[in-house]
Amino acid sequence: MSTLLQVENLNKRFGGLRAVQALSFSLHEGSILGLIGPNGAGKSTVFNLINGVFAPDEGRIVLGGQDVTGEPPYRVARRGLARTHQIVQPFMNMTVLENCVVGACFGRENLALGRAREAAREAAVLVGLEDRLDTLASQLTIAGKKRLELARALAARPRLLLLDEVLAGLNPTEVERMIGIIRAIRARGVSILMIEHLMQAIMSLSDHIVVLNSGAKLAEGLPAEVANDPAVVEAYLGDPDLAAKLRAA
Amino acid sequence: MLGLLASIFDGVLIGAVYGLAAMGITLIWGVMDVVNLTHGAMIVAGMFAAYLLSGAAGIPIYATLPIVLVGSFLVGVALYWISVHRVIGQPPLMSLLSTFSVNLVLIGLGTAVWGTDLFNVPASLPGFSVGRYTFPGTHLMAAALTAAIAGLLYLFLYRTRIGKAVRAVAGNREAAELVGIPTAQVLALAFGLGVALASVAGMLIATMFPFTVLSGDAYQLKSFVVTVLGGLGNPTGALVAGVALGLLEGITTPFVPVSWTLVIEFVLFVVVMIVLPGGLMQLLQRRRR
Amino acid sequence: MTIVRQPFFWIIAAIVAAFAAAPTIGNNIELRESLILAAVYISLASNINMILGYAGYVNFGSIVFFGLGGYICVWLMSSHAWPLAAALLAGGFSVSAVALVFGFGILRLRGVYFALSTIGVNGAVMAFVANFGPWGGSTGIYLSPALFQPLGGPAKALWVIYYLMIGVMGLSLYLSYFIKRSKFGVGLLAIGQNEDAAAVLGVPTPRYKAIVYSLSAFLPAIVGGLYFFKSAYIQPPDAFDLNLSTETIVVAMLGGQGTVVGPALGAFLYEELRGWLLTSPTFSHFQLVIAGVLLLAIVLFAPGGLMGLIYRLWPPLRKFLE
Repeated sequence: MSTLLQVENLNKRFGGLRAVQALSFSLHEGSILGLIGPNGAGKSTVFNLINGVFAPDEGRIVLGGQDVTGEPPYRVARRGLARTHQIVQPFMNMTVLENCVVGACFGRENLALGRAREAAREAAVLVGLEDRLDTLASQLTIAGKKRLELARALAARPRLLLLDEVLAGLNPTEVERMIGIIRAIRARGVSILMIEHLMQAIMSLSDHIVVLNSGAKLAEGLPAEVANDPAVVEAYLGDPDLAAKLRAA
Repeated sequence: MLGLLASIFDGVLIGAVYGLAAMGITLIWGVMDVVNLTHGAMIVAGMFAAYLLSGAAGIPIYATLPIVLVGSFLVGVALYWISVHRVIGQPPLMSLLSTFSVNLVLIGLGTAVWGTDLFNVPASLPGFSVGRYTFPGTHLMAAALTAAIAGLLYLFLYRTRIGKAVRAVAGNREAAELVGIPTAQVLALAFGLGVALASVAGMLIATMFPFTVLSGDAYQLKSFVVTVLGGLGNPTGALVAGVALGLLEGITTPFVPVSWTLVIEFVLFVVVMIVLPGGLMQLLQRRRR
Repeated sequence: MTIVRQPFFWIIAAIVAAFAAAPTIGNNIELRESLILAAVYISLASNINMILGYAGYVNFGSIVFFGLGGYICVWLMSSHAWPLAAALLAGGFSVSAVALVFGFGILRLRGVYFALSTIGVNGAVMAFVANFGPWGGSTGIYLSPALFQPLGGPAKALWVIYYLMIGVMGLSLYLSYFIKRSKFGVGLLAIGQNEDAAAVLGVPTPRYKAIVYSLSAFLPAIVGGLYFFKSAYIQPPDAFDLNLSTETIVVAMLGGQGTVVGPALGAFLYEELRGWLLTSPTFSHFQLVIAGVLLLAIVLFAPGGLMGLIYRLWPPLRKFLE
C-alpha cells in the first residue's frame, strides 16, 4: 500500500497560539484515517493547512509524491484533493446538479462541461440526491445540504477526500445513511481523512486513528489501541482513574 | 523651509478633521461590516446644515455643531432603518448598493436645490502668525473640536454601558444578542453615530473651505483613504491616519499642482489596500513586536 | 455547435435585427438617436454584468474602460490618421491588456475594497489624462469633420456608426451568453456565490477574475471609441463620468444581474424612463434621484431585478431565457 498523504513536522502559529505543533503522520492509499481530539485541538487547522487555506510556518505536506506545501487551495484541488466543511457552504442560488458540476469541472480531471455533468450526476446518485437534482441548494434540509457538500466534493473524482465533521447535526438515521455512503466512497478507491466527534462512527470507519491535543499528536494507532490509551482518555475525560471507574461500573 | 513646515502644520490640522470623518466610516464598518457610501452625502449635509443654520437662522457658526451632531445622528438612525437594516445579513454587494443609492438620491436632491454653486459659511477666528505665515484660527478651532469629539467618542465607547453594548455587537453580534442586547437598535445607534461624525466633519470643513453639493465625493474618497490607512474598525487608527494624510498633503501641495494631489491619493489608496490591508496600524504593530 | 440550436441564440439575433431594421425603414433619425443610446447602455450593462452579476464584484469605475477606449481611438484617428476600424480595435485590445495587468493587482481585494479601488482607478486615470498633454489635457481632443469623409460624409457616417454600435451590442450579448454557458462561466458564477468555497473546489480564482475583468473591458472600450468618434469631441469629465458607470450598475440590477437578457431589458426600460424624465419639466433635475430610488427599491425588495420577478412567476422560463 503506497502512501498517499504524508504530513511532516507541521507547525502553525496564530499570534501567540500554537495551533499545530510538530505534527507528522501518513495516510495510505485506499484507507480511512480518523483525526480525533477534544475541541480546540487544532483538527480543522490541520485540514486548512493540508488544503492550502493557510500555509504552515514549518513542515511539509506531500500528496501523491508531490510537495503541495503552501499551495493555494485551487491548486491543491487540481492535484486530487477534495474537502468538505464543518459548516456547509453550498452555492445557495444554484441547483444540486449545478453545485456538483462546479466540483466536477475543476477537480483533478479538469473535465469539460458535458463530461462534468455526467460526473456530477454520478456523485449526486452516490449520496442519494438523484431525485433532487433541480432543487435549489437553499431549499434543502441541513442533512440534504451535508450530502450536497459531499457530492460536490466527490464530483471532482478526488484521490483524497477530507471530511470535516460530516456527521455533525444529523439524527441517528441520517448518521447511519452517511456512514454507508462513506463506506461506498472508500469502496470506489477514494482515500479518506476524516475529523469526527461521533466516537462510535469514527472508530468503526477508520483503519487508523491519530489523536490530537492542543495542536500536538497525542497518540496514534488502530482504533482499539487508541481507545484504551490512558493519555487519550485523560485528554477527553480529564481523569484516567475516573475512566477506569466508569468502565468498571 | 519655514514655508514647508507651515504647510505641514496646517496639513496636520486639516488632517485631524479628515480623521474625524474617517472615524465615521470605520465605526460603521467595524460594528456592522457595512461600508457607508452615503458618507459623502452626509458630509455635504453637515456643510449645508451649517450654512443654513448660520445664515437663515443666524446661529453663531460654532454653535451649530451640537445641532448638526444631534440632527445628523437622528437622520443616520433613520437611514439605518431605511436602507441598511434589511440588507444586513446579505452579501456585502447589497449594502454597498443600498447606501450608494441613498447617496445618489441625496446628492441628486442637493443639486436640484442648490445646483453646483460655491457656498461659504461666516467663520473667522483670529489665528496666529509666525513670520510671513498665518495659521487660520478656523483651522486651529476645527482641530481642537475634532480632538474634543474624538475624546467624547472614546469616553462613550469605553466608559458607558451603551458604548460597551456597541463594542459587544461589533465583536460578535450573535453572542451579544444571546446576552440580551437589542442588537438591531444598537446597530441603528452605531450607524447614527457614524453619520453624525461625517456631518460634524462636514460642518468643520465648511468653516475652513468653500464647498459645493459635489464636494462630498472628494471628501468621501479621502475618508476611505484614511480608513484604509488606519486599518478598518479602528477609530484611533483613523484619527492617526487622518493626520498622516493631512501631513502628506501638507508636504506635497507646495510642490505639486492641486490636480495631482488627488491622483496621488487615489494611487496611495489602491496601493495601501493591496500591500497593507491592515493599514498603517498593522505596520506599527508589527514593529512593536 | 449545439448552441446555435438554442432558442436564446436566435432571440439575441432577433433583437439586433430589430435594432437594425427599425430606424432604417423610413430613415427615422430621431429613433436612431434614441436607439443608439439604448445600445450603448445595453452594451455597457451586459459587459459589467459579467463581473458584477456572474462573479459578484462591483465595479463602480467601469467607465474607465469606456473613457480610455474613447481616448485611444480618438487620438489615433486625429493625431495618427488611423482608420476607424483599426483605431477601435486598438482601443479595445490595449484597454483589455491594461485591465488584465491592473486586474491581477486590484482583484486581490475583496468585496468593498475592490469596489472602492475601482473608483480610485477611475479617478486616478481621469486625473492623469487631464494632465496629459498629448491627449489635450483638460481641454480634450477635437476631431475634424474631415475624418467623416472616408465613411461617406457626416450623414452617412452616423448610420455606419449606428450599425457598428448595434453590432457591438449584439457581440456583448453573445459574449455574456457564451460565457455563462461555458466552463469559465460556471467558475465565475461559483466565485460569485462563494469565492472561498469555489477556490477549495479548484476554481483558479485569481486568474478567472483577472480574465473576466479584462474581457469586460474590451467591448466597452470599443463602445467608447464609437461614442466619442460620433461626438467628434472628448474631454476628461465626459470620458470618465462616474454617473454613467453608476447608471450601468442600476441598469444591470434593474434588469436582473447574472442573466443575459436582464441588462438589455433594464437598459431599454431605463432609457425610456430617462428620455421621459429629461423632457418632463418637473423631473429633469431628478434623473439621478430616480436612479437612486430605483436602485434602492431593487436592492431592498427585488434583488433579482425584473428577470428575477419573471422567473418567479414562470419558473420554466429559467431554462430557456437566460
